[in-house]
Amino acid sequence: MSASDLAEAPSPAERRPSPFLWYGGTAAALALWFLVYRGLKPAAELVTGLLPVARESRLGEAIAFFLYDTPKVLMLLSLIVFAMGVVHSFFSAEKTRAFLSGRREGAGNVMAAGLGILTPFCSCSAIPLFIGFVQAGIPLGVTFSFLIAAPMVNEVALGLLFGLVGWQVALLYLAFGLGIAIASGWLIGRLGMEFWLQDWVRELNATGGCCRPAETRLTGPERIREGIASMKEIVGRVWLWILAGIAVGAGIHGYVPAELMARVMGAEAWWSVPAAIGLGIPMYSSAAGIIPVVEALLDKGAALGTTLAFMMSVLALSLPEIVILKKVLKGRLIALFVAIVGTGILAVGFLFNILFG
Amino acid sequence: MKDVKVLGPGCKRCETAEEMVRAAADRLGIATQIEKVTDYAEIARYGAASTPGIVVDGKLVHAGGLPREEALEAWLSA
Repeated sequence: MSASDLAEAPSPAERRPSPFLWYGGTAAALALWFLVYRGLKPAAELVTGLLPVARESRLGEAIAFFLYDTPKVLMLLSLIVFAMGVVHSFFSAEKTRAFLSGRREGAGNVMAAGLGILTPFCSCSAIPLFIGFVQAGIPLGVTFSFLIAAPMVNEVALGLLFGLVGWQVALLYLAFGLGIAIASGWLIGRLGMEFWLQDWVRELNATGGCCRPAETRLTGPERIREGIASMKEIVGRVWLWILAGIAVGAGIHGYVPAELMARVMGAEAWWSVPAAIGLGIPMYSSAAGIIPVVEALLDKGAALGTTLAFMMSVLALSLPEIVILKKVLKGRLIALFVAIVGTGILAVGFLFNILFG
Repeated sequence: MKDVKVLGPGCKRCETAEEMVRAAADRLGIATQIEKVTDYAEIARYGAASTPGIVVDGKLVHAGGLPREEALEAWLSA
């Protein structure tokens, strides 16, 4: 009996309630989610009203903001992370690699950026993934499109933007994130930088890729379980950051004067976009926690472009990632990568500030 | 004697995957030799593009994310 035969042996999901119970339960949970979500605002006002604080005071303002925003953001984030968890269960890095190998640049860059969102990706996998892609003969530029899109346009960023600023901005972020990944990857491919891979990676290149793990086909309920698992894992990891972020945001909400923020981070201050990108590069692990602060900034008159540039820079150009990339890329290619992606973010920042400033 | 290799540069999930393999082997009472592979070139040679990866007797059976318990037991007892 081979491993793949055994992989299809009955899994606990099949011994548990029937698939229909799973689907029905999921539908019921979604309906409940929707009902609770709609009741959040009145509930927050009610609780604030019970406190011995004047609703119109700064403190009252801050408390109402905190009580409404915290559950709202956590609920939206949970929903999006769950949905992406289910979507991710249909994809894997190995399948994506097989799909992309032999693609040409251009169309390949577009597909790679799109798959960067759909394929489960963790930043500690970045190097094996990079090597695996190059080894399978996927053009360098196409590989970069994937590697830029994957961390930048992720479910946490989209979920938080959706929750904090609205779905329109989340969609724009998605579109521009993909745009930067496609354009940067294409450009890196055009420049023919294969020579600037570390030597051992280029040597591997010649040996060619070999294998894929044995496929396991998942059932519908198992995919739902995957979604729940990733929701537990991700929300469990970031909820404290979000709470802290919203608390800081609530503080700013009630206290920092709007004019000051508008002067420092508003659309008129052109230098705020490059400054935001520079500030974002060393930041990494607190990506989830920084975003609620970002919302309060927006609320106080910081420009949308500046704020998005900051977020993209935190996610796509992190210092730890650059250090890891050093293992496979020579310094010159890393510098080029940072310069191209940075320029793309800069352009998006300015564009947003002009469009919405 | 099962020869199991856990592929991964040493992130937290890779350690968890190794613990899972060890626990599953103990549960099933299967003698295993577990080795961690952290070298990127070595990981690439097994064909894994995402980590943690699991290789059983030289064959890549899993890559990316934590394995499911039941699948893990199936690989080990194959």
